[in-house]
Amino acid sequence: MSDVADRVKKIVVEHLGVEEDKVTDSASFIDDLGADSLDTVELVMAFEEEFGIEIPDDAAETIQTFGDAVKFIDEAAA
Amino acid sequence: MSTELMAGKRGLIMGLANDKSIAWGIAKACADAGAELAFSYQGEALLKRVNPLAEQLGSDIVIPCDVGDEASIDALFDELKKRWGKLDFIVHAIGFSDKNELRGRYVDTTRGNFQMSMDISVYSFTAVVQRAEKLMTDGGSCLTLTYYGAEKVMPHYNVMGVAKAALEASVRYLAEDLGKDGIRVNAISAGPIKTLAASGIGDFRYIMKWNEYNAPLRRTVNIEDVGNSALYLLSDLGSGTTGEVLHVDAGYHVVGMKAVDAPDISKS
Repeated sequence: MSDVADRVKKIVVEHLGVEEDKVTDSASFIDDLGADSLDTVELVMAFEEEFGIEIPDDAAETIQTFGDAVKFIDEAAA
Repeated sequence: MSTELMAGKRGLIMGLANDKSIAWGIAKACADAGAELAFSYQGEALLKRVNPLAEQLGSDIVIPCDVGDEASIDALFDELKKRWGKLDFIVHAIGFSDKNELRGRYVDTTRGNFQMSMDISVYSFTAVVQRAEKLMTDGGSCLTLTYYGAEKVMPHYNVMGVAKAALEASVRYLAEDLGKDGIRVNAISAGPIKTLAASGIGDFRYIMKWNEYNAPLRRTVNIEDVGNSALYLLSDLGSGTTGEVLHVDAGYHVVGMKAVDAPDISKS
């Protein structure tokens, strides 16, 4: 697993209080990991802070799963 | 910080969302100085966040309040009256606007969102001060949060700038009305801070950078900075100050143009 994925997973586990093995590529933050709408905003803010990137609203809306987040950050931080 | 400064004072914090909130910086500063706190929240999603934070500051008074609803505000203050009898301070850190109108042009603001923004971001402060007045039998201090976009045009701030201008004006009128009873009313105009609410404002990172490069202190402010200044206005240190809009913005509001040493930055 990439360094980015590890760091994203750590944030998700801490923020949502879920088991690490539940955080799979296809795991949806809202449907599978129990996030509410504020959680999704808070997660995006935490990703921005951790990786020093900006995730605009329209991009944030496309980040539904853990895999989406890793993919977006991988590309943005590259 | 002296633990005596707020000893024996009881205050209501409205608008706490999470540990990035300006309301959290203020609540912590007050609790550290010995204040006893109550919190209001709107909706289950926020209750889940406010509860552990309130607990962290030793508070077990967490009351629902929809500031758009008169009965809900009455219920909040009835509950406070029951629990405490009297009140010494309130912190109002509440605003709302459709985030689709916090980008693009102000001129395109809809009537519906204009009314909603003014109701929730402006009138709600008057509505809570109206109730708080009755509980502030030994005088008190009321504080709200504003932003420089009330005074000057800031990108994307749009209808919130207009609402904050009205909020600042209402601070002055409230200060006059309540001054005779020893109740002070002030606002803090905080520089940009990355809060949950700020996530609705377009190009926020650019705005933060611009402030950092051009404010006299060459940095942005944080919730601890705002908490410290709030402590001044809420405690007896600020006993001679009312109707004031205090800038806690690293000095940004005195600047007339880009600093010569500031790097040229563009949005992307």
